[in-house]
Amino acid sequence: MKFIKLLSFLLFAASSPALFASEINSGDTAWILTATALVLLMTLPGLALFYGGLVRSQNVLSVLMQCFAIACIVSVVWVVYGYSLAFTGDGNFIGGTSQMFLSGLLRDSTSGSLPESLFILFQMTFAIITPALVVGAFAERMRFSAVCIFTVLWLTLVYLPACHMVWGGGYLADLGVIDFAGGLVVHATCGIAALVAAKMVGPRKGFPGGALRPHNRPMVVMGAALLWVGWFGFNGGSAVAADSSAAMAILVTHISAAVGALTWMTIEWLKTGKPSVIGIATGMVAGLATITPASGTVGPQGALLIGLFAGLVCFYATQLIKGVLKIDDSLDVFPVHGVGGILGILMLSFLGKPDGFLGAGASGFEPSVMEQFLIQLQGVGVICLWTLFFSWIALKATSMIVPLRVNEDAEVEGLDFAEHNETGYYSS
Amino acid sequence: MKLITAIIKPFKVDEVREALIKQGVEGLTITEVKGFGRQKGHTELYRGAEYTIDTLPKMKLEILADDSAVQGIINTVSQSANSGKIGDGKIFVTNVEEIIRIRTGEAGAEAI
Repeated sequence: MKFIKLLSFLLFAASSPALFASEINSGDTAWILTATALVLLMTLPGLALFYGGLVRSQNVLSVLMQCFAIACIVSVVWVVYGYSLAFTGDGNFIGGTSQMFLSGLLRDSTSGSLPESLFILFQMTFAIITPALVVGAFAERMRFSAVCIFTVLWLTLVYLPACHMVWGGGYLADLGVIDFAGGLVVHATCGIAALVAAKMVGPRKGFPGGALRPHNRPMVVMGAALLWVGWFGFNGGSAVAADSSAAMAILVTHISAAVGALTWMTIEWLKTGKPSVIGIATGMVAGLATITPASGTVGPQGALLIGLFAGLVCFYATQLIKGVLKIDDSLDVFPVHGVGGILGILMLSFLGKPDGFLGAGASGFEPSVMEQFLIQLQGVGVICLWTLFFSWIALKATSMIVPLRVNEDAEVEGLDFAEHNETGYYSS
Repeated sequence: MKLITAIIKPFKVDEVREALIKQGVEGLTITEVKGFGRQKGHTELYRGAEYTIDTLPKMKLEILADDSAVQGIINTVSQSANSGKIGDGKIFVTNVEEIIRIRTGEAGAEAI
């Protein structure tokens, strides 16, 4: 009897990566089920509406379509090999292939205190939003087929390794890099990829110029508001538990969003005389992206400062990229997400000690502030260089299969009709 | 005094407007319109069923001009709205009896 028990245990253990799994905790499971839905809500429809409102009316469907298709493509890739390469195996830069097609996943498999199926699903929603964020860089001009191919290649070459390095027990995890909910894995990767894509696809016809303006601001606000709510699941779920760490993550996330929004609004108000609705929404996203890596580490006072810096730094980064460097990162993915994510990664080392600067409520970490800062800096360096190089490879490879851009006529007419034979607003 | 009406492709509006401003046109009225010409409509697919849209969206530009400026404006619109493809639109010119600027009461060519 004992032998049979042991045998069945070994069989179970061999088929599941979560060896010697603990019991499923129903509280944790309930919260992460909820958080998973919230994070998917960020992409569909949150980000899709946010981006859809920011483009011109002849391209609104193309952006919604790209977000939608990316959600589907990534889901399939995640099941086929994505999860396996990100979260199994003990490679430094990439995981193993043992769980391809989710083989070995049983109804009872666990991951920590969660069913493994839930962990897979929760992480899948992060993999979905990251390439969807990059859409903002090449909106209104990239060919749909190229977007689909690029998504698969980019996910494989950039997201999965980054995810494995930071969260899957790889190189940066061993180094001690703190990235609670994806300042590096999500926001730095999508931001750097946005820069590379904007450069390689080239600027929109008419850039820079006033004619490339958002066509539906109410849609932008709706999308931004959904992002805010969804972010509670994004950061609050990243504790992978229903505990005080999750609650504190949501509190600091909310604070940073509010302060980031107010900061951006104030700068605009002072500079242009009027606070704009796109400004306050963009500041909110900057506040959220910046707090993301820090949301498991800092306390409420730290979050106030992070929100302030998010608004300030991301605002001026936006001016720099479009105004000075003239790079048509159309919907400001790099200055808001890339800069924000990296800023949060670095700031958390100064705000993360409970007895340190603005540290009330912080979680603390072993190394000294300066040691942690240097570790974070290494994390930024590795992820940025990796993303820079492999995003270039992904785009280059895509361009060998199909042209990255639509032709000029299609761009003028709008991608909705040229690429999808549909129009967003007109019907007879 | 003439009223120049141009029906053009929606996405040519910015180009045309800029060209007209460069030429010294001081004002114009833009209206979203629908219609069909030789281009007819187009077909779209909806859940596998094909359906025809018989009218296409266009933009109507209305420009008031002194007789001496008419030919220049026609040339500018023709050039800047031309994509070389069917559906570029039309320009037509009509006589205008009187123009009055509401605020000042100026009339005739003064009010253009």
